[in-house]
Amino acid sequence: MSTTTAEIREEHTSQEEVERLAHPKRPARQRIGVLASYVGMAAIVLYCIIPFYWMVVSSLRQPSEGRSTEFIPSPMSIENYQAVFSPVNNFGRSLINSLIVAGTTTILTLLFGIIGAYALARLRFRGKGAVLWLIMACSMFPLVVLLPPLLKMFSSTEPFTWFPYWINTYQSVIIPGLSFGLPLAVWNLTAFFRQLPVELEQAAMVDGCTPGVAFRKVILPLAAPGVFTTAIIVFIMAWNEFLLALTFLQDASRQTATVAISKFTGTSGFDTPYGTIMAAGVLVTVPLLVAVLIFQRRIVAGLTAGGVK
Amino acid sequence: MATATAEPRSVPATEGDGHKHKKNALSDGQGRLAWILLAPTLIIIAVVAGIPVVMSIRESFFQTNTGVDPNTGLIAGGETFVGLQNFTDIFAGLNPVQGNFGTMDRFWNAFLNTTFITIVCVIIETILGVAMALIMAKAFRGRGIVRAGILVPWAIPTIVSALMWKLIFDSSGVMNRILGREILWLADTGASFWAIVIADTWKTAAFIGLLTLAGLQTIPAEVYEAAKVDGATTWQQFVRITLPMVKPTLVVAVLFRTLDTLRMFDLPYGMIGAGKYRVETLSVFVYQETTQNRYGPAAAYAIILFIYVLLVAFVFVRVLGADVIGDSGVPKKKKKKKGDQESAGPPATALEMAGGAH
Repeated sequence: MSTTTAEIREEHTSQEEVERLAHPKRPARQRIGVLASYVGMAAIVLYCIIPFYWMVVSSLRQPSEGRSTEFIPSPMSIENYQAVFSPVNNFGRSLINSLIVAGTTTILTLLFGIIGAYALARLRFRGKGAVLWLIMACSMFPLVVLLPPLLKMFSSTEPFTWFPYWINTYQSVIIPGLSFGLPLAVWNLTAFFRQLPVELEQAAMVDGCTPGVAFRKVILPLAAPGVFTTAIIVFIMAWNEFLLALTFLQDASRQTATVAISKFTGTSGFDTPYGTIMAAGVLVTVPLLVAVLIFQRRIVAGLTAGGVK
Repeated sequence: MATATAEPRSVPATEGDGHKHKKNALSDGQGRLAWILLAPTLIIIAVVAGIPVVMSIRESFFQTNTGVDPNTGLIAGGETFVGLQNFTDIFAGLNPVQGNFGTMDRFWNAFLNTTFITIVCVIIETILGVAMALIMAKAFRGRGIVRAGILVPWAIPTIVSALMWKLIFDSSGVMNRILGREILWLADTGASFWAIVIADTWKTAAFIGLLTLAGLQTIPAEVYEAAKVDGATTWQQFVRITLPMVKPTLVVAVLFRTLDTLRMFDLPYGMIGAGKYRVETLSVFVYQETTQNRYGPAAAYAIILFIYVLLVAFVFVRVLGADVIGDSGVPKKKKKKKGDQESAGPPATALEMAGGAH
C-alpha cells in the first residue's frame, strides 16, 4: 500500500522523501505484531499439515517398517502403494464404488437442490421459515437414528419381508445419503442464489421472459460457480461417508473406499499393515486435496455461506 | 440490493396492514410456484429422513424375539411389543460396564462419554479456532497458503484421519517418541479419551477458525479506530468489540460443531475400535446394538440421542440466540443499525455477503 502512495506523490516530493515514504518506519511494537502474525500463521499451517505429512511419510516406507518413527523414510519405497492394489484388498473396485455412490448422490442432490434452493432464495411464501428450519434440522440430526429401521428394512427381516433385499446395493447408501446431502446442497445454493441481484430476473421478465425462462437463461449460468462449489462440497461429504457404507455394504466387492481402508488386514495375521493403510489413505485423500486446493477460494466461500459442518 | 430483497422478506406476503413494502415483481403471489419447486426436496426429505425417524420411534417400542418358539420348535422370528421397556431398561443397570466414570450401565457410560468428549472438544476447538481467526485477520500476505493448509484436515475423510492418528498414537509410535513416554493411547485407557479429543480438535479447530474469520471480516475498521482514539487496550478491544461483534457467527459455528461432535462415530470406531467403553459414544453404541440385531434398544438409544441433540440445539437457539437460519438475521441486524444512527456505515450488504465473499 505504501508503495502506491509513494508513486502518486512522486512528482511533488524529493527522492529522499520517496525513499522514506516507501519504507515507512513502523513502531517497534507494530513490527513485532507483524512478525508474531507470521509466526502464528506458520504455526497454523504446520498444525494442519504435520499429521498429514506423517501419513505421507509412513506410506513411503518399506512395508516392514510400518511403525518406524523416522521423520524421513530412509530407503524410500513405493511398495506400499503396490500392496494397496493387490487383489486381496479389492481397493481398485472400492474406488469405483465410491465414485459411483458419491457421484450419484451429488447429481441427485443438485438436481433437486437447485430448484428448491431457488424457491427459498427468491420467492416469498407462507411457511418459508418452517421449511428452512426443517432443512436445517435435517442436516443436523444424528445419522444413527436411521440405522435400526433401515438395516431391518434393507435386509428384509420380519415386518419388512415385502421389501427387496438391499444390503450390498448402491441405493442402500445413496438414498439415505440424501438425508444429509440434500439439506447441505439446498443450504449452500440458497446462499449463492441470494447473492445474485433480483434485478437480473426482473430485467429478463421485463424483456418478456417467464420466471422459468429467466431462471434457466439468466440465473443458472450466473450461479454456475455456486452450483459447482456445492457439487464439490457434497461430493466430498458423500465420498467421506463411512457409517452408512459400513452398515449396508458388507460384501467386499461393493464396499466404498473408506470402508475398504478400515478393513485392511495384513498378510501376516494380526499385525496392522500401517504402511498399506496410509498409502490407501493418501490415495483416497489426494484427489480431494487437489480439487480443494484448486478451488479453495470458492469452497471457503461456500462453507462459510452454508455454515454447515 | 440487499435492501430490496431483505425488506419484503421480513413482512409476510399476506399482511396488508398498511406497511409500505417494496413490491417484488418476481415473487409476489407465487406461493404455489414456491411449493411446487420445493416439493421434490421436501418429499425426498420426508422419505429418507422423516419416515425412518418415525419407524425408529416405532421400533423403540419393540424387541426382536430370540430363542426357540415353544409351539413350533423353530427359531422364533418377529418382534414383540414391549412398551417403554427399552427406555426404562437404561435405568435398570442390566449391562454395567467399567468406563471413565466408574461402573455404570453401558448406555449411561456412552452418554457421559459423548457429553464429555463434546464439551472438551468444542471448548478447545473454539479457543484454538478464534485464535487462528485472529491471526489470519491480522495477516496481510500468505492468507491463501493458510487457507489451503486449513482445508487439508477438512478434506481428509474422518475414517482415514482416525487411522492416521491410530498410527501416530501407536504405543511405539511417533507421539510417544516425541513425549518420551510409553502411554498406551489405543488400549482403551483414560489416555484414549484424550487421543480422541486431539484427533477431533485437529480436524475441526481450523474450520471454526475459518468461519470466525468470515465474521471478523465484517467488523468495520472504524470501530477499532474509534476505540484506539478512546485509548482502549488491545485486550479491551478484543473483549468489548471483537467478541461481541463476532458472536453471532461464532455461536452458529459452535452450534454446528457441538451437534456434529454429539454424533461422533468414525473417530472412536476407527482409532480405538467398537466396544471400547472408555471412548464409546452413543453413535458407536447404537451401531453395535443394531448390527447385533438388537434393533429395539438400538432405536431407543438413537431416539434419546436425537432428543438430546434437539435439546442442545434448542438451548443454543433460544438462550445463546444462534441465528441458524440467517434469513431473519438480515432485517433484524438492520433494525439495530437504524437505532444508533452513527454506525450506519457498511449496511446489510456486508452482512449478507458475510458468508459469501470469503
